[in-house]
Amino acid sequence: MSDVSLYYETLRGPVQAVDSVNLEVPKGEAVGVVGESGCGKTSTSICIMRLLPDNIHTFTGRILFDGRELMDMTDSEIRSQIRWREVSMVFQGAMNSLNPVIRVGEQIVEPLRVLDKVQKDEARERGVARMRQTGLPAEAYRMYPHELSGGMKQRVIIAMALIMSPKLVILDEPTSALDVSVQAQIMNLLKDLKREEDLSMLFISHDIALTSDLCDRFAVMYAGRVVETGEAEQVLQDPQHPYTEKLLASVPRLRSDVTPEFIPGAPPDLVNPPPGCRFHPRCPYVMDICSKREPEMFPTGDGQYAHCWLRGDEHG
Amino acid sequence: MNMADVMLIEDIRMHYQVRTGIFKTIPLRAVDGVTLAVPPGQTLGLVGESGSGKTSLGKLTLRLMEPTAGHLYFKGKEITHVPEGRLKWFRREAQMIFQDPFASLDPFMTVDQIVEEPLIIHRIQGRESKVHRALEAVRLTPVEEFINKYPHMLSGGQRQRVAIARTLILNPSYIVADEPVSMIDASSRVSVLQILSRLQKEYNLAFIYITHDVATARYFSDRLAVMYLGKIVEMAAADELISTPLHPYTAALIAAVPDPDPTNRLTKRRVIPGEPPSPINPPPGCRFHPRCPYAAKICRDEEPPLREVEPGRYAACHFSEKLQDDLLTLAHGHVDASSGRSAQPPTGASPKP
Repeated sequence: MSDVSLYYETLRGPVQAVDSVNLEVPKGEAVGVVGESGCGKTSTSICIMRLLPDNIHTFTGRILFDGRELMDMTDSEIRSQIRWREVSMVFQGAMNSLNPVIRVGEQIVEPLRVLDKVQKDEARERGVARMRQTGLPAEAYRMYPHELSGGMKQRVIIAMALIMSPKLVILDEPTSALDVSVQAQIMNLLKDLKREEDLSMLFISHDIALTSDLCDRFAVMYAGRVVETGEAEQVLQDPQHPYTEKLLASVPRLRSDVTPEFIPGAPPDLVNPPPGCRFHPRCPYVMDICSKREPEMFPTGDGQYAHCWLRGDEHG
Repeated sequence: MNMADVMLIEDIRMHYQVRTGIFKTIPLRAVDGVTLAVPPGQTLGLVGESGSGKTSLGKLTLRLMEPTAGHLYFKGKEITHVPEGRLKWFRREAQMIFQDPFASLDPFMTVDQIVEEPLIIHRIQGRESKVHRALEAVRLTPVEEFINKYPHMLSGGQRQRVAIARTLILNPSYIVADEPVSMIDASSRVSVLQILSRLQKEYNLAFIYITHDVATARYFSDRLAVMYLGKIVEMAAADELISTPLHPYTAALIAAVPDPDPTNRLTKRRVIPGEPPSPINPPPGCRFHPRCPYAAKICRDEEPPLREVEPGRYAACHFSEKLQDDLLTLAHGHVDASSGRSAQPPTGASPKP
């Protein structure tokens, strides 16, 4: 994604949910998009899936997928060629949106039946194979959602996302409604799938610790913008943007005695974001320039970039 | 346990009746024999997964539900079956903070009205200055800026602080906080917990902190009690319980929670199989045995009592002493003796420098 912006039209004016976002998901890697609620994580992913609501004010930029420009494609081209076939998505809380009166197996293979007109028997074979891969017994194919536990329903959703063998899977808070012991099982499953299928993943979460359990690269979002990107080692151990640094410091740890701190203030209103760097009102290192000019993504290391004036000047 | 405890819970049980047919009901044992004490000025963290009975237990101690059996003592006085009319003093002393600050505040009331309401109900004078002090205590300052706002104009963290101000206004000595930060953004979570800690010291408040999140529980609690299917399986000082768990379930809960660490992705997390079974028909013997990697025959036959394994450390497991080393490895991986910090076992893949 390069320079992608998505503004929503509201009565109060356009909401700059996604603003000039650049994001890259290399083949076979998992990229974690982390940030607080309302920072534009989910909006970023629906840009790729082209699942836009009606109240769009602005939708610009370039989204290159496997060499193809998605922004030039029509909605019906996206539907028939991209969505679910090449890019699939596990939505937040999706396990609660399974149709209660249709057998889960039939729901898993629905994309095959609709998009590829696959015959019932073949679809079932492929569905059962995907269910096995996600740790579900073959018998579950003929079960209804209410007969399955939360963890099993989430596996159904993941099997559904994989049914067309997509190249990229977007996972939006895939474990947020699950108990911690089941959450760990699902994270292990995702690790297996990533390796076995050479899948690219975009993992969206507010939980930076959970994201570190899967992701090779991080993109930290704040107020509609990506403020830092880099390898997991770089971002977690040597964060270059003050927001990343403070976000990491706010996580209570189980295995060390560092006392967590909070970030004073609250994320800004995206109808009327602060000028310059959007983090400057909360930033402990704020300088004069921060409220006047927006920083660029300055390179700070091999593949690591930070959207902060501390890491560069007007000349780059 | 002594009478100085703010809240003393003795073998409390809460059995719901679940209808399975027109005339048939079966009991669901949400809380099944729990004994606990909450001393003044301390926080007892109640940790467990959904359906473990932690919220039911919290509500029982506030007499929001009638227990099926057992006794509750508040500051030495029995409150178990006292009629509501004679509980008004207790209603002032004991308060609750709810999980969802979006649902627990009336959207048509201003901050002022929300915080003031308990004073009106209890017919207490000097309301204006009390509201001011409560809002200052939760750091919603300058007070004038917040007092006339409606809940929708506030962030999640600010809303939860309004809810805290409302519980404080009656000068309680005991507060049940049910997942007070789980719906708040990561960057403000700690600020709400810090406010609670500070208020605890200032007013000598006793807390029950109910959560599924062992990391915040460790940070905010003095003692932790881990619940599984209506029973306490382990109880100890928070740091001890996290650093050296004595029950396999505690160890598995800890193992499931990552710290932000780039090496996490290189190994698989050690997990226990399955999901918590239904409390309607809990497994015989130790309730955890079907998921326990160390289960033996005795675990299926005999329910282990909660016993003092080490001074001040209670666990309900037949093998707590034997399993100490295994549980440490399960929870934290290999522990580097020099730093005390845990590391994942090597798997061949090494992190980049």
